[in-house]
Amino acid sequence: MSDAPRHDALIDALGEELTPVRRLPPPWLRTLGWLAVVAVMAAVLFWRYGADTMLHRWHAAPDLGLAAFGAVTTAITAALAAFALSVPGRSTRWAWLPVPSAVLWIGASGLGCLRAHIPGMAVLDMREANHCLIFIVSFSIPLSGLLIWLLRRACPLRPVLTAVVVGLASAAASASLLEICHNVDAAASDLVMHALAVAIVVTANLVMGGRLLSRA
Amino acid sequence: MAQTLTLSTLTFDGAWVLLRQPMLRVPGVDKFVPTESISASDQADRQRSAWMAAAQSGDQRAYTRLLGDSVALIRAVARRQGVPVDALDDVVQETLLTVHRVRHTFDPSRSYDAWLSAIASRRAVDALRSHGRRDRREVRDELAIDQHADRDDASTGAEREQEAQRLRKAIETLPPGQREAVEQLGLKERSLAEAAEQTGRNTGALKVNLHRALKSLRDRLHGES
Repeated sequence: MSDAPRHDALIDALGEELTPVRRLPPPWLRTLGWLAVVAVMAAVLFWRYGADTMLHRWHAAPDLGLAAFGAVTTAITAALAAFALSVPGRSTRWAWLPVPSAVLWIGASGLGCLRAHIPGMAVLDMREANHCLIFIVSFSIPLSGLLIWLLRRACPLRPVLTAVVVGLASAAASASLLEICHNVDAAASDLVMHALAVAIVVTANLVMGGRLLSRA
Repeated sequence: MAQTLTLSTLTFDGAWVLLRQPMLRVPGVDKFVPTESISASDQADRQRSAWMAAAQSGDQRAYTRLLGDSVALIRAVARRQGVPVDALDDVVQETLLTVHRVRHTFDPSRSYDAWLSAIASRRAVDALRSHGRRDRREVRDELAIDQHADRDDASTGAEREQEAQRLRKAIETLPPGQREAVEQLGLKERSLAEAAEQTGRNTGALKVNLHRALKSLRDRLHGES
């Protein structure tokens, strides 16, 4: 190869520059790290609001419990998928991992609008719904930021796909946290606000995160 | 279970040939491979994984051997992606630089070839994109020349000045080491040895810095336009 010497020069230069590196921990361990931060946030919310309202809601309307279970599982699987996708050579099929739980989360939330309201619990009005939107978006920003910062230490070769999964993970984690301090029954407006919040978070990540991750 | 995994993981060319051969699970490799080929390609792959593991702890000899060994694989991946022959070496260089930067992401219990191929194929796509961009720009330029045969010299001069300004600004934003390399080697046209003497850095570091600087300048200027 006529250009071989050119590569040799670069290879020698890189060899001279070589320093020992600390290996990246496996994706599941890094996922636990991020989930630990979410758990701290959850602990603070539990300390502030207690678990009674949440348990009452779930008891009165099991579909809300199912939706919450879907949201928590989506947060875990999407974070794991994001960490796996950011390691070169891992299959892009990891991106499918959060899909079943996301379907459960969104499907169960949708069903919640079809049944009768929980007796004695207020139905969400628009002001409350706005509150949900603000809650999810504002919790998602630091959670997405943290995930992107952690992912930049790896090498996300598919920044756009990874960013979408990051958005899903942080939106699902925020929705799970909201569950703790949500004291109203689900309604169509609530679902719309949730869907809007998730869409905002995922789109913002798609636009911003793709760019932030591609330089990694 | 093993059978379904075998079928679902075989997505590459010639899968039907492999399906007729006895399969074996290779530790650390996420797919089933025919027993016959294990001795050849997989042993080489495992050897490369071991070299990378040594390189991660700072073994320079293993590292340079590994990178030398990687060139052929990178070229093969880039060719398969449709990168033109004259751009293959760019892809090799970019891939080697990326490998160097992200070597901590390699897990020695997994396949080195799969890790490297993923990076090389990404860099190949980047190369194809930047080629496409350049081609489109050239077509536009031709149209511009046809439509504005007598271009105003003053405006051309102003445009050039603007471009130079942009380049100067982009150079200013580079990290100090890279800026130094561009100034010494690119702008002042010093030789490597002279530049090394001037800056007190070794020639290897200067070369790497220059290469990185050119890459980020290219990205920045192309990205803006």
